[in-house]
Amino acid sequence: MSMFSACAMLCLRCRGLLSPKNSTHLHYVHVQHSVTVGKSTRISNRFLSRGNHTAAQPRLNWKRQTSCYYDYTAKYLTTEAKESKHTDEGPRTDIPEYKPALVPTIDALPLPQSQISVEGLDADEKLSALEEISDEEAVGISIPPSIPPASVSLQDYVDQSETLTKLVQLGVSLWKLERRPNVGSMLLRLDFNRDVAPCLLFLKEIGVEDSRLGYIISHNPFILSENLENLQARVNYLTSRKFSSETVASMVSRAPYLLSFSVKRLDNRLGFFQQQLKLSASNTRNVVARLPRLLCGSLEPVKENLKVCEIEFGFKQNEIQHIVIAIPKVLTASKKKLTQIFDFVHNTMKVPHHLITKFPQVLNSKFLRLRERHLFLEYLGKAQYDPDLPSYISLDRLASLPDEIFCTELAMATLEDFYLFQKTL
Amino acid sequence: MRSPAVRMFHRLEGLFCVYKPAGVHWKLVRDTIETNLLKGLNDTPAPPLTHEVRFLPNPNNEPKASGGLMLRPVSVPVLSKHPLVTGPEFQHLKVGVGHRLDTSSSGVLVLAVGNGNKILNDLYGIQTTRDYTLEGEFGMATHDFTHTSRVVERSTYDHITQEKMERVLAMLEGANQKALRTYSSVDMNSQEAYELAVKGLLGPDGKSVPILTGLRCIRFQPPHFTLEVQCLNETQKYLRKVVHEIGLELRSTAVCKGVRRTRDGFFTLQDALTRNHWSAADVLQAVQKYSSKKNNNKKNKSSGTQTDKAMLQTSEETLAVSQENKADKEGTTEVQCN
Repeated sequence: MSMFSACAMLCLRCRGLLSPKNSTHLHYVHVQHSVTVGKSTRISNRFLSRGNHTAAQPRLNWKRQTSCYYDYTAKYLTTEAKESKHTDEGPRTDIPEYKPALVPTIDALPLPQSQISVEGLDADEKLSALEEISDEEAVGISIPPSIPPASVSLQDYVDQSETLTKLVQLGVSLWKLERRPNVGSMLLRLDFNRDVAPCLLFLKEIGVEDSRLGYIISHNPFILSENLENLQARVNYLTSRKFSSETVASMVSRAPYLLSFSVKRLDNRLGFFQQQLKLSASNTRNVVARLPRLLCGSLEPVKENLKVCEIEFGFKQNEIQHIVIAIPKVLTASKKKLTQIFDFVHNTMKVPHHLITKFPQVLNSKFLRLRERHLFLEYLGKAQYDPDLPSYISLDRLASLPDEIFCTELAMATLEDFYLFQKTL
Repeated sequence: MRSPAVRMFHRLEGLFCVYKPAGVHWKLVRDTIETNLLKGLNDTPAPPLTHEVRFLPNPNNEPKASGGLMLRPVSVPVLSKHPLVTGPEFQHLKVGVGHRLDTSSSGVLVLAVGNGNKILNDLYGIQTTRDYTLEGEFGMATHDFTHTSRVVERSTYDHITQEKMERVLAMLEGANQKALRTYSSVDMNSQEAYELAVKGLLGPDGKSVPILTGLRCIRFQPPHFTLEVQCLNETQKYLRKVVHEIGLELRSTAVCKGVRRTRDGFFTLQDALTRNHWSAADVLQAVQKYSSKKNNNKKNKSSGTQTDKAMLQTSEETLAVSQENKADKEGTTEVQCN
């Protein structure tokens, strides 16, 4: 009686494992056939028969379990093992016997129970823990991996999934990716040899280094699901615009989302930068090669920054061009911070426009750092930024030198004095 | 078997203080410190990955092993515990802030990590005073008492002398001392009140209006002047209002150009970490210094005479109250001189 209920529960649980879960939880990909149970009656029969007979026929079951496990690890290890699977299936002639009995009864719930009750009575004699078994069978007993059917983390699946294991070996941060919606399920559904490997080989062909592959996938996992022809077309477009292949490789390494944009959009962007800034083609290429994420982001903040530079700051067109060619980051910088730094440099430090154009790095530096250093120099009486007068301090050295060198060379004071001064501000 | 990150975290738990720069919201400071501490903790070497033994089938080209065994044991690393899969060990830290400073003020800001947050509660409970430096300028009055907002009134300040300034400050101090006595929960006509006043322990417990226990002028060069205050239960806006009121009392107007906290309880400017020292290693050092100071005080307290056991419960209180005494004495002596 207890055996019957146990068998029934096991059966239901197996059924539960097999039934499709159309939720946003992660599914596990079992064996080389992705299990689309319920949608088609042509199910991987061996698997199904194995599942439903978990408790019924123990000895035959063990052998089926091993073959199931073999298939599993076959996929996990190498593709060559597929042949071993076929050889394994040869001697298993008893499986087809159970197939006709089980296949028609998938949908109907009460029938299998009655079936198992009949078989369960027979199984009572065979199922015993004290039975003697041969060594091969003992070695062949294996516990199937207990993977939860749905989970919020990829930790439960990484040891069993070949794709995930290879991604971890590449250096992909799975913990960051699993937080993003739907990315985890997508990664699990990928087949390493069919989807992931061709994409990685393509990236290698372009010239991306092996160490960057992990970075690219961590930031843009959707590149793995892109069509290879599209990726090739985009790379061809970039090379047709006279970007060298090394430049394309470095751009792809630094802006992982670059190849996910269509050719039309990339063309649009490049055209915008060329027209708005009125730069020559080679200058545009230079700017875009140094900051490839210009091609990835939205254009509205860039337009705003350009307007701010022109109207609020009062830079002329050629000055803006010079600044952008020197520091492309000004185009994507935050408007508030840019305004704060410019206001301080122009109004408080009294630096004229032409000097700022000469040293645009000052617009990229940290405001607090600039403020502390300027006030320290002012306190010491050394705040002189006019190149015509003696003891001139250039803006780029002021902004970029590390603290010790700034103190010893520019301010002629000790580092401790500088820290003490910071505490009086 | 605790990992090196957990051991470092236990050493980090405690109090330390930081110099907050002006123009930065205190929350940004707290977030930056938390990020730096997390970076320091997660950079410690990770414990090695555990291995498990799995039985995998022999590859095809190998001849079948003796006995027809088709499996071989292999030790594989358990990837579900790999840091790239689980994430870093520490992803969030409890970093608490003591008495807050508003955006345009600067100065000593006390922060606590982990278990130190419980001590922060005590810090709020006992009546510690804070030391501020207020920069003022005569000649204009603005909307919110700072020198950058909308100007409401302009006036002359040639008639202001140091003597007049000191007189106004003395009057303000008197008013504050009166408030101090009113808000303390003891009856002014009792012996208890006298004894507490003699020791300098008379003061409000719990919430009260902001009270300046000490006030004096350090620098007087019209139109600029600098005040030093010790206060209880204050806000920075109230201190700016005090500067504005001093201007009004002197028949002129004044704005406050800077509020700078130089001491909070027993954390002084000397212990404060500047922005270059906000990394995990420096914070660790500061926390160790604080805990060693605390231990020294406990030793001194246990070896010295036991006075006023009722009020003095923790070692911080001892130090804080002694600071308060010093500040009060300074304030009262100034008034007497002038």
